[in-house]
Amino acid sequence: MELKRKDLLDIKGLDREEIELILDTAESFKEVTGREIKKVPTLRGKTVVNLFFEPSTRTRTSFEIAAKRLSADVINFSVSGSSVSKGETLLDTARNIEAMRADFIIIRHPASGAPHILARNLRSSVINAGDGLHEHPTQALLDMFTIRERKGKIEGLTVAIIGDIAHSRVARSNIYGLTRMGARVRVAGPPALIPAEVETLGVSVFYDMEEALSGADVIMVLRIQLERQGKNYFPTLREFARLYCLTQERAGHAKGDAMIMHPGPVNRGIEISPEVADGLSSVILEQVTNGVAVRMAVLYLLSGSGEI
Amino acid sequence: MSEKVIMDQLGIGRALSRISHEIIERNKGTEGLVLVGIRTCGIHLARRISEKIREIEKSEVPVGILDITLYRDDLLTKKGHPAVRKTDIPFDLAGTVVVLVDDVLYTGRTIRAAMDELMDFGRPAMIQLAVLIDRGHRELPIRADYVGKGVPTSKTAVIKVLLSEEGMEDRVILRED
Amino acid sequence: MNLLIKNGRIVDPVNHVDQVADLLIADGKVRQIAQEIPVTPDAEAIDATGQWVVPGLIDVHTHLREPGFEYKETIRTGTMAAAAGGFTTICCMPNTKPVNDSQAVTEFILRKAATEGMVNVLPVGAITKGCQGEEITEMGDLREAGCIAVSDDGRPVMNSAVMRRAMEYASMFHLPVISHCEDTNLAEEGVMNEGRVSTELGLRGIPNASEDVMAARDIELAALTNAHLHIAHVSTQGSVELIRRAKEEGIRVTAETCPHYLVLTDEAVTGYNTNTKIKPPLRTLKDVEAVRKGLREGVIDVIATDHAPHAQVEKEMEFDSAPFGITGLETAVAIALQLVDEGVLTVNEMVLKMSGKPAKLLNIDRGHLSVGAVADITVIDPRATWVVDPPQLKSRGKNTPFEGWKMKGRVTHTIVGGKVVYKG
Ligand SMILES: [Zn+2]
Ligand SMILES: [Zn+2]
Repeated sequence: MELKRKDLLDIKGLDREEIELILDTAESFKEVTGREIKKVPTLRGKTVVNLFFEPSTRTRTSFEIAAKRLSADVINFSVSGSSVSKGETLLDTARNIEAMRADFIIIRHPASGAPHILARNLRSSVINAGDGLHEHPTQALLDMFTIRERKGKIEGLTVAIIGDIAHSRVARSNIYGLTRMGARVRVAGPPALIPAEVETLGVSVFYDMEEALSGADVIMVLRIQLERQGKNYFPTLREFARLYCLTQERAGHAKGDAMIMHPGPVNRGIEISPEVADGLSSVILEQVTNGVAVRMAVLYLLSGSGEI
Repeated sequence: MSEKVIMDQLGIGRALSRISHEIIERNKGTEGLVLVGIRTCGIHLARRISEKIREIEKSEVPVGILDITLYRDDLLTKKGHPAVRKTDIPFDLAGTVVVLVDDVLYTGRTIRAAMDELMDFGRPAMIQLAVLIDRGHRELPIRADYVGKGVPTSKTAVIKVLLSEEGMEDRVILRED
Repeated sequence: MNLLIKNGRIVDPVNHVDQVADLLIADGKVRQIAQEIPVTPDAEAIDATGQWVVPGLIDVHTHLREPGFEYKETIRTGTMAAAAGGFTTICCMPNTKPVNDSQAVTEFILRKAATEGMVNVLPVGAITKGCQGEEITEMGDLREAGCIAVSDDGRPVMNSAVMRRAMEYASMFHLPVISHCEDTNLAEEGVMNEGRVSTELGLRGIPNASEDVMAARDIELAALTNAHLHIAHVSTQGSVELIRRAKEEGIRVTAETCPHYLVLTDEAVTGYNTNTKIKPPLRTLKDVEAVRKGLREGVIDVIATDHAPHAQVEKEMEFDSAPFGITGLETAVAIALQLVDEGVLTVNEMVLKMSGKPAKLLNIDRGHLSVGAVADITVIDPRATWVVDPPQLKSRGKNTPFEGWKMKGRVTHTIVGGKVVYKG
């Protein structure tokens, strides 16, 4: 079994076997990250370019560590969205980078579909590290890895995703991945933050948080972008928090052993209370650790896909 | 195409007994000795050797597992990657005598990868190599310290080591075109 | 030199003609239609056996981009594309740079069209100065200079009071008011239809309501002012129903839809092809079916192209950043023929919606083949097959969503004022 694709653009296009392969491989890489010497020579001589059009220290660093542990060379390009204003299109930028012989391009971009432009036009392997409101496949993979590690399985679990679903690429990727792996997925938030016809993706929609949490095995809290305030998605952050902040008391509606996840960075006291974020059921830091193993697995598997 | 059994269950048992005796003799006992099997057949062989040594010496020689996939030198030239599985060395390598165990010694590249990986885990006092079959055609300056059987082969021949741990009847098969 | 079109199927719905005959053109006019017109030395003969001879097609909605955006299209290339697509008359929208909100710009366009254009160009003047939606234009001047309608196309007139005054004023000059129905507040930052596909792709959606709300408002204003309202590019089930009701009530409203709203849904956006990014956006199957039904039943009067060329570099952008619009002049006939094939329209209805009806709504004496009429004629080979290959388009805009489509039906001759301006 191997990953028969050049790029990782989304979870939607992955079948169950492919997701399982990535998660299994990540397990082996988690062993590597636990070694004294955490580096293996696997991708020696390969070049990984981090092309970030949005600031994200976390994801960038995680990919950087993953690539370095595989002995690849890593180059970080941070473009503050201004290359377009200099008259350079995304495609120009990417072609320049390819001319430098990058084997992997890891792209984070505010526009949905930006990684697809690169994938169509470049020979390098393209990994989507988050595009607009679309997908963030490696985040969902690390979330599924963490769930599987904790719960022993994904199939049959009830996962409640809470907050700003509409603007969340993490939510979309997780919805695709978790439903494909056989979990029951619920989403909850105010109507304006629930995307149109999201039920067609196989999830159930709740406006009442406690109902959504009732009997859940996994609670996934999304980050609320503070800029959403004042755009009438909800009146105030105060009221949003009053209705949707994951407090100890609300978490009590889920199963006793429910695990609590958050893709970070956390707005403590807005979408999640500090006691819950730092509490025993929280796996937020494990998610970060697992992120490196999952990204190593993705780099490894894509490097075996041919061309590069 | 011809296929023949070049070693049967009895033959494998005898070869492993001899190798076990040679290991004890060469190292004057089992002090500081560890066995590391290379996935997948090497693990079973290492466990069998450890068992035999226990019968002979009444002492426990720990067994570690090495998955050398990430250290292979042909990874980036081949399409499709082998599955990566876990390495498990549950002991400190510093100062030990490591006997690497593999089923077939051929080009020597697997052993090169295994030694590189071992070194990343610690600094053994010595590394020795035990193999069930040595079929020649070395591409690196590597030789085995303990050999079950030397089998001259053509480069196109295929050697398969089948073991009961994998649900097969113990035997070694040589297939030639 | 006279032209003699031999043996074609003459389809002239306005005159209820549909027969195989010969058609003689002399002095730029239709001279005679008869069974056997002999070939004379002073006439060039066109063998139209197996082909359709129809009134020159009229597009009430074209963006020629000149002046100001010549890198997207010019009056020269746009009219070449029109000729290749079988259009003998096109109406160019005013959202150029500068906007066609004054006699000077109208005259510039007409002068350019007269010297460089391949087909008749009828300018549409702006409703408001600079298409800013605030102060109405000098429509009397525009009419005099040659504008045949007014529109702020590209945007709506958001302020209802301004729209009301514009309609009142335009009706004084018998100028149809062409409305781009879009509530921009509802459309927000949307880049495609709001629904399952936008959710899947993570693209911001434009709800049907953004079109329907404006269609409803403009219909009410048409009722209030008794102006002739023409609703551009109908894409939703809701606006079809609104227009149906308005017509039943006798309100002076006409409507157009475009080929892409008849054959494409928002599924086409999957893959982030920026050549599917348009306003209004491609909708769902339910809407496509409603628009088809509206077209068949006459709720929608005409098929227009909303030909909106853009440069390749602009469309090579991320989906969010690429401009709205697709080219359409050269694919319209083939798509319309597909509808005929699928039984949505008869040949006569298709021809009527692309010639007679547009002429009527523009109040121009075109769109029929009466003896003595200006010889604007399109000859179509309904069986010719071809594949859409953007580099081969005459338009500077290669932004077609139909790239690679196998088409059936192609224009073989476009004749303007008795002169062949395109030969396929
Ligand atoms: Zn428009
Ligand atoms: Zn338009």
